[in-house]
Amino acid sequence: MKNDAQTWREWLTSERPASRRQARLGRAYAAWSRFVDNRLAMAGLFIILALLLVAIFADVIAPYSAVTDGDLRTARLLPPSAEHWFGTDDQGRDIFARLVHGSRITLFVVVLVAVIAAPVGLLIGTVSGYAGGWIDAVLMRITDIFLAFPRLVLALAFVAALGPGIVNAVIAIAITSWPPYARIARAETLTLRHADYINAVRLMGASPARIIARHITPLCVSSVIIRVTLDMAGIILTAAGLGFLGLGAQPPSPEWGAMIASGRRFVLDQWWVAAAPGVAIFIVSLGFNLLGDGLREALDPKAAGQ
Amino acid sequence: MAPGTARAGGRRRARLQATAMAIVRFLVVVALTYLGLLAVTFFIGRVIPVDPVLAIVGDRAPTHVVERVREELGLNLPLYQQFLIYIGKALSGDFGTSVLTSNPVMADIRRVFPATLELATLGTLIGTVLGVPLGVLAAVRRGSFLDQIVRVIGLVGYSVPIFWLGLMALLVFYARLGWVEGPGRIDVVYEYTVTPLTGILLIDTAMQGEWEAFRNVFGHLILPASLLGYFSMAYISRMTRSFMLTELGQEYVVAARAKGLSEGKIIWRHALRNALVPLVTVIALSYATLLEGSVLTETVFSWPGLGLYITDSLQNADMNAVLGGTIVVGSVFIGLNLLSDLLYRVLDPRTRAR
Amino acid sequence: MSALLEVENLRVSFPTRSGVVEAVRGVSFTLGRERLGIVGESGSGKSITGRTIAGLLPESRRVSVSGSVRLLGQEMIGAAKPAWQKVRREVVSMIFQDPLSFLNPTMTVGRQVEEACRSDDRGGDRRKSALDYMAMSGLPSPAETARRYPFELSGGMRQRILIAIALAKRPQLIIADEPTTALDVTVQAKVLESLDESVTKLGTSLIMISHDLAVVAKLCDYVYVMYHGEVVEAGPTVKVFRQPRHDYTRLLLAGVRSLTSPNVRLAGFEPAIEA
Repeated sequence: MKNDAQTWREWLTSERPASRRQARLGRAYAAWSRFVDNRLAMAGLFIILALLLVAIFADVIAPYSAVTDGDLRTARLLPPSAEHWFGTDDQGRDIFARLVHGSRITLFVVVLVAVIAAPVGLLIGTVSGYAGGWIDAVLMRITDIFLAFPRLVLALAFVAALGPGIVNAVIAIAITSWPPYARIARAETLTLRHADYINAVRLMGASPARIIARHITPLCVSSVIIRVTLDMAGIILTAAGLGFLGLGAQPPSPEWGAMIASGRRFVLDQWWVAAAPGVAIFIVSLGFNLLGDGLREALDPKAAGQ
Repeated sequence: MAPGTARAGGRRRARLQATAMAIVRFLVVVALTYLGLLAVTFFIGRVIPVDPVLAIVGDRAPTHVVERVREELGLNLPLYQQFLIYIGKALSGDFGTSVLTSNPVMADIRRVFPATLELATLGTLIGTVLGVPLGVLAAVRRGSFLDQIVRVIGLVGYSVPIFWLGLMALLVFYARLGWVEGPGRIDVVYEYTVTPLTGILLIDTAMQGEWEAFRNVFGHLILPASLLGYFSMAYISRMTRSFMLTELGQEYVVAARAKGLSEGKIIWRHALRNALVPLVTVIALSYATLLEGSVLTETVFSWPGLGLYITDSLQNADMNAVLGGTIVVGSVFIGLNLLSDLLYRVLDPRTRAR
Repeated sequence: MSALLEVENLRVSFPTRSGVVEAVRGVSFTLGRERLGIVGESGSGKSITGRTIAGLLPESRRVSVSGSVRLLGQEMIGAAKPAWQKVRREVVSMIFQDPLSFLNPTMTVGRQVEEACRSDDRGGDRRKSALDYMAMSGLPSPAETARRYPFELSGGMRQRILIAIALAKRPQLIIADEPTTALDVTVQAKVLESLDESVTKLGTSLIMISHDLAVVAKLCDYVYVMYHGEVVEAGPTVKVFRQPRHDYTRLLLAGVRSLTSPNVRLAGFEPAIEA
């Protein structure tokens, strides 16, 4: 493996890797250094990590309660001050605290949609690509049909029928989000289907399910992850839109979209009530976009249009 | 008959056949997708709610209404039969009656749709007229200051919630600066001075010479249209830049330069023309996205279009109206999606022959 | 009278991931009304020399060019874009190797030839002159072919279009970079013949860049042998091929018969660019 004369860096960037492991780690290192060099991508990563931390330590960061009404006589609609960094809303609640706790809801949406849509897409895509024939045709037809659907409007109708609530909103969004991942997974599977080592594993008697699960799927994961990250901003915006229409997390939950809706009534004079949550949404979406762009450039520079 | 023409005739026939096949295939796709949409809305409307009748008439309806609707819906019939009836009704434009207005949903939709069309069309127009040149310039001057600006515009457009930006824009440009008119399409004062002919107020007021009303309508229109235009521009400029970069990296550009053609001709006549093929697809998709986003923007601007109709119906638990509106928006959205696929094939001569 | 082309100590280098590569190291020659062949393997720098003379090096790479290239007495290295455009419009033409990627896929070939025609030709009727040049380059039915798109034509016909484009501006110099390498052997000979005839008819000078010695032997009066960015041997074609003086030339001649000549390597001299 590595000889003592080489540093780790030399070993990883060597042009003549001695083993497949070295080659793979070398590629990962190259991608990582490309990513780290990209300042915007690092900024995106920073934002997402910040979101994570804020969500986890919400109680510690925000002293005021996010859900209990404040003193309705004295604390309503106060402008930003040293005490209330972003002021208070019409129920006397500290907006900063609501923003901080709302980050949990945002994170919840992000994670849940990813956890539902990505595996579904991966499954359908890999099965479709590997099986070929009429299975492929049928699955791809279904995928294309779902791909052509309007995400927001359909989510709206779904939630209308299921009833408002954050879980229903997440399900509704996830249902219209999986098609791109299926497409990507299928494309990758098609190129891998006839690879030598896949043939080798097949000759050894592995069942198709095993091949798909253990050999093909791991190779499709990185492309899907990039796409998921890039889609995240859109998903957050859709969720916020649903919240704005009153279809997401219900009051008194501090969902950012709903906060904008309730602040809308006072926007002419107490504009901070509606402004702050929008900025929060913007920053988080921006973070995902930067992160996604950075990942794509690091892992696949050609596709990034260089 | 000269030998060449026989072959040419045969080739032309083969090409016509191929085109016919392509059209048939396209129609099948359209039909299947539309069927899928109907299936989903049927599922939402009938299968999900515990009692679909209540979902349609609301829980405050008197018993005899409930019974009548139950019979109308044919809820006793097996599910697939219900679905077939549903398809038949949808195809003939019968979406049921609105609980709120007691009008047929289709009539309501027909009334409000032009307003949404007006906004989406203007928005896409602005987005294209501004976005394409910006994208071209950004690609040509890659890495320059202009390129950075275009990327920032794109990033912001992809990250900021449209309804929030609309709200802030209203705050700044209407409430604080007074540069534009506020929510709504037209001031109440002028509302009855105009007879709606096309449903597009800008055209109607101009045609009838009501210039004060025209100015008023314009003042109401400009902010939401610009907002939508911005989002459209963010998307279109980004895609244009990407397509142009691909084209400019092709070898035929080198060959064109070798001919001594000016840079301008190379960029606009050669590269952009090739980039237009996928770009038209993008523009169609942008239009579709604006239509869909109308659900949110019309709420903020109190714009009486299809989006506001759907959300109002939502608040009033008027399921017929919600589903009818969803089907209409969904159909247009799907139509534009598939149309953009078709356009791509038509415009690229390489795929035309196949 | 100054020669058509004077190249003096041309050096071209560009940075790559593993350091700076010197593709061309001090090439010098002059060219009058004659046909010159530049032979060598991939990586010898011959293509880059050709492209530099036509001013078609990729701009994005941080290419460094030094030395002098004088066309009709005018110094071209470091010249401004308009000057280069004029030269490319009226003086120098280039024929490329892979006609499919060098033709605009969504434009009819007739239009593409028309674009290269000079406006003062034939009293301003560029379409007619385009058809003339297409005929000159050996295309069977120019009027019908002109309406086709590149993908509809065979490889040989596409290459003839590139030749027609090169001829259409009545240049003083044509630089042909491996024009027949991408073609079938049977088509090659015919295309070369057409090129030969057209060049004779118009009286242009020719620089033929190829790794195929037979091609150069057929068309060129003079030949330069390039290896590793330098000219290792030069002289009248017949003389060089009959009595090669440099080891490398001898090796080339010994090993060559077919399209793809095996990469010959002189012991101790590794070519900088592995193609």
